[in-house]
Amino acid sequence: MENLIALLVAAPLLGAAVLLCGGRRLDRVGHLLGTLLSAASFVIGVLLFTDMLGKSADDRTFTQHLFSWIPVEGFQADVSFQLDQLSMTFVLLISGVGTLIHIYSIGYMEHDERRRRFFGYLNLFLAAMLLLVLADNYLLLYVGWEGVGLASYLLIGFWQHKPSAATAAKKAFLVNRVGDMGLSIAIMLMFTTFGTFAFAPVLKAAEEHQGGGATLTGIALMLLLAACGKSAQVPLQSWLGDAMEGPTPVSALIHAATMVTAGVYLIVRSGAVFNASPDAQLVVVIVGSVTLLFGAIVGCAKDDIKKALAGSTMSQIGYMVLAAGLGPIGYVFAIMHLVTHGFFKAGLFLGAGSVMHGMNDEVDMRKYGALRKYMPVTFVTFGLGYLAIIGFPGLSGFFSKDKIIEAAFAKGGTEGWILGSVALLGAAITAYYMTRVMIMTFFGEKRWQPDAEGHEPHPHESPKSMTIPMIVLAFGSVFAGGFFSIGDRFLHWLEPVTEHSHGNAPISATTVTAATMVVLVIGVVLAYLQYGRRPVPVAAPRGSLLTRAARRDLLQDDFNHVVLVRGGEHLTRSLVYVDHTLVDGVVNGTAASVGGLSGRLRKLQNGYARSYAVSMFGGAALIVAATLLMRAV
Amino acid sequence: MSFPLLTATAVLPAVGAIATAAVPAARRTAAKWLALLVSVATLVLAAVVLVRFEPGGDRYQLTESHSWIKDFGVRYELGVDGIAVALIALTALLIPFVILAGWHDADPQETGSSRWRPTQGFFALILGVEAMVIISFEATDVFLFYIFFEAMLIPMYFLIGGFGDRAHSGSDENAAAQRSYAAVKFLLYNLVGGLIMLAAVIGLYVVAGNFSLQEIAAARANGSLHMATSTERWLFLGFFFAFAVKAPLWPLHTWLPNAMGEATAPVAVLITAVVDKVGTFAMLRFCLQLFPEASKWATPVILVLALISIVYGALLAVGQRDIKRLVAYASISHFGFIVLGIFAMTSQGQSGATLYMVNHGISTAALMLVAGFLISRRGSRLIADYGGVQKVAPVLAGTFLIGGLATLSLPGLAPFVSEFLVLVGTFSRYPVIGIIATFGIVLAALYTLVLYQRTMTGPVKPEVSALPDLRVRELAVVVPLIAALIFLGVYPKPVTDLVNPAVKQTLSDVHKKDPKPAVEAAK
Amino acid sequence: MNPVNYLYLAALLFTIGATGVLIRRNAIVLFMCVELMLNACNLAFVAFSRMHGNLDGQIIAFFTMVVAAAEVVVGLAIIVSLFRSRHSASVDDASLMKL
Repeated sequence: MENLIALLVAAPLLGAAVLLCGGRRLDRVGHLLGTLLSAASFVIGVLLFTDMLGKSADDRTFTQHLFSWIPVEGFQADVSFQLDQLSMTFVLLISGVGTLIHIYSIGYMEHDERRRRFFGYLNLFLAAMLLLVLADNYLLLYVGWEGVGLASYLLIGFWQHKPSAATAAKKAFLVNRVGDMGLSIAIMLMFTTFGTFAFAPVLKAAEEHQGGGATLTGIALMLLLAACGKSAQVPLQSWLGDAMEGPTPVSALIHAATMVTAGVYLIVRSGAVFNASPDAQLVVVIVGSVTLLFGAIVGCAKDDIKKALAGSTMSQIGYMVLAAGLGPIGYVFAIMHLVTHGFFKAGLFLGAGSVMHGMNDEVDMRKYGALRKYMPVTFVTFGLGYLAIIGFPGLSGFFSKDKIIEAAFAKGGTEGWILGSVALLGAAITAYYMTRVMIMTFFGEKRWQPDAEGHEPHPHESPKSMTIPMIVLAFGSVFAGGFFSIGDRFLHWLEPVTEHSHGNAPISATTVTAATMVVLVIGVVLAYLQYGRRPVPVAAPRGSLLTRAARRDLLQDDFNHVVLVRGGEHLTRSLVYVDHTLVDGVVNGTAASVGGLSGRLRKLQNGYARSYAVSMFGGAALIVAATLLMRAV
Repeated sequence: MSFPLLTATAVLPAVGAIATAAVPAARRTAAKWLALLVSVATLVLAAVVLVRFEPGGDRYQLTESHSWIKDFGVRYELGVDGIAVALIALTALLIPFVILAGWHDADPQETGSSRWRPTQGFFALILGVEAMVIISFEATDVFLFYIFFEAMLIPMYFLIGGFGDRAHSGSDENAAAQRSYAAVKFLLYNLVGGLIMLAAVIGLYVVAGNFSLQEIAAARANGSLHMATSTERWLFLGFFFAFAVKAPLWPLHTWLPNAMGEATAPVAVLITAVVDKVGTFAMLRFCLQLFPEASKWATPVILVLALISIVYGALLAVGQRDIKRLVAYASISHFGFIVLGIFAMTSQGQSGATLYMVNHGISTAALMLVAGFLISRRGSRLIADYGGVQKVAPVLAGTFLIGGLATLSLPGLAPFVSEFLVLVGTFSRYPVIGIIATFGIVLAALYTLVLYQRTMTGPVKPEVSALPDLRVRELAVVVPLIAALIFLGVYPKPVTDLVNPAVKQTLSDVHKKDPKPAVEAAK
Repeated sequence: MNPVNYLYLAALLFTIGATGVLIRRNAIVLFMCVELMLNACNLAFVAFSRMHGNLDGQIIAFFTMVVAAAEVVVGLAIIVSLFRSRHSASVDDASLMKL
């Protein structure tokens, strides 16, 4: 059974290879092949899952060693896999949601002439993501880590003829590379400290606090940097909004459900390292809480439906990072929220894609309105996702988010109070911006207009291949949280890997739930008052200073542009100049002066016998003079 | 006496060069096929060397030794260690692709008129370079090495100056002047380096009494040959200077962008992927073995120079407007990594550096040759003249992207393995330098992706709208290179197994041991 | 008479010859000046021979005469062919190392 692990990765990898190298012959069947191989991966995952369930809790770690990858003196990197409960959770999420989104894409990308390639990229993504969660050492994880970055690059820039898409893709890759630098330094630190970077020995050593506190903090902070890049956390969050240039299924799969959560996986996986370094954990919770507010505020101001959802994704991952930074109190809930978020956010994105599909790819919510009548299935599934994300009682988000808020309070002390309050505030803002999205899209009056070429949009329900995945995901959004929480199933499932402790909450769980409900209602009501009671203007109003800043992603891009892009341009330009004039100039100058000297010397050879005679006589006279001088001395 | 395999590997392309040059003027195609055939046969011989070489065995294998100039103790001595075998294999592997990629580069522009035979000359010169590079990798006699180290400048000079890129960078009217400037610059830089090395070679003879690498290294190791500290340092600097010019290391790098920019793409590959490797190879073989103490003495300065090369090369690559010059500056950055790995003096660093030489050869060849195909279609080297190529030539764009991704060391492709090894090897001894070098990976992503974005994506420019996609000959060049990149990225073990023992011996020559992990050291 | 005076005469003649070589342009005059310098040397040799009391200097003087005769032959031949091609005997016209 364990030997099947490699197949999990191999199936989509094969798909990617065949689809990308296959050429036009495969255009007709490419999408089916891609979907089939993704489904195959899911089926293998389920087989392994049932096998795993049949074993006792301590016996659930499967390993598979494939081959020795980089054998160098003192350095051992292997291609070998480790499948435990944490990885299993991800495998099912990735291949399951992945397969649904493959199915959805069959319909969504139907009219795109490069659909085969799209499926090739999707399969490549699945392979890389599965490699990421299945690796048993950090270096192999790094391969998956950059692999998903590549797939994300290719998919964001899938419509490369649009300069904005190409720029967004490049930006995503570059920002991620900054994070990757962190991961690579973390691996180097592990190697020099422990002599290895396989999970088991590193985590064991970290548990025993070997290597010194400063080193462990260094490793943890570098891992956090990596996580910030991949999971779009402050200060490396700026790429996620732009990444919405990619096709919507990509946003759903990569930039909502799976890839962006890899940072959370990394932190939870390296739990022992973070546990050993309270300083690093403090930084993690700060990053998490800042991002959770940052994303939420940005989400409130965006009129582009996908960018609003992207802000929301950022914010929800902020919750997960916050939970992961809390240590053993929060790990399980971080992952639980990750899974439920995977369902409802993917569902929301697919819903948004369905709306765009019916609206001639219009993304401005101010030009939607009243769509509930035209797209009932989309409306219902999107609505369920909406209820789940704001934490409506009984739905998935309620259970998982509530637990995180609880855990934040349970951190204890002033810190606990601050974190808990931030999480509550975030919940209120979440309710506000999601209600805004919901109202602007599906309620109110219809506000759409003919586009520049005079095509009036004709909103219509999407085909079955698109609605069925949405329905399945809506089921997940509704029931997953309850299923996980009843009898603490999810907790018991993950506990052997991540550990769990309860902390000491200053207020009871019921109080937290009640408070959550209160802020939820406040958020919804505020949004209703602003967008439901009054008509939504088609042209965006100027807005307050904060709104305008939030529309520009709180000026992060402007900052980057001024400091990094401009500064970098000036630096490279002046370096090019220096290289040409100074470094090259020194050499060319030497050459020129030698040339000049020889030019002057050449003038002596004028061909007149007399001048040669003069120099001869002069020379003779000199020699005689010198001889006499020597004699005299 | 057994069959002189190493001599044969070097002599075959040399004979092939003469034969190719002798092909009658009218039979141009025959000359091309002959050259290709010879290069493939050389590849076969190199493969035999690879098979016959036993990684665990003696340090130098397949040795040949004959007396040559008795009065000066110069011998014809050949022998290979794992590092040399890997580089010979790389050279022999790349030449057929260089020839195939340059198939039409030397066709005479107007038919009939000329008495001289450019096509024959072009391919003969390439084979000549191959022969000299191979024998440089094989020579274990310092004087023998020096002769071919210098002699390869002659064919390279003619290849750069005589067969320039017909697509010059827009604004320059006088392409021929540019080209001869580049060729002369290449020659002068390398000659100056070579002359200083000659002085050091003579100095070494005065001190040691012979030229045999093995004898001198052994005598140095067992203490029977004593060198004064200052003597050793001067001799080391003499050798190192020549290799640093060849490699090229900042600030001796400026000849490379000119040469690579003005030469045709296959010749540019020949420069950076094959000829320059002799420089870094010689650092490992000659500098470290002959002058271990001086190498350690100079390490801090060299590491800083390498670091500057990495960052500086990458930053300049970002600022380039010419595709080929961009690749040249990227190569300077990569050579910085190689030198860093060599002088970090750890087994990861040196194994990584050797692997880097191989991988950089393949990845730059892939990127540069595809860039060459692109340039030959549009007739311009300026990045700004392109846009939206992926729409009209998706296969070309795809292979270009893979070449670019290899250049930025994407995991899964070969350069990642070597780059990471170099970084780890450097980090374990010099953490700060390791961290700064890591910035190189962000800059690499920047210049590669900016290049790809500006040339391949966006709206299709009218001038490129009719570009044909890759042809069969071009695919035959690119696909094997990409396959090699993927294979060595996933399974580099064959190369590391070859290289590891040699690196271990080199490290013991300089009396350096890998730093122990902090946890073990504490115990 | 004091033999040193012969040496002074030789130096004077040599100087006259050298000056002539440097300032005159006519090849024939030049040639004669060269001969003058040679003869100045001969005079000095003979004077030295007398001063030192051995015959070495006189023998060398004979050698010089033989060489000078050969030189006259070759030199005049060059001057004649130069004159034929350039129609002048000025050495400045022959500054190009070819006829």
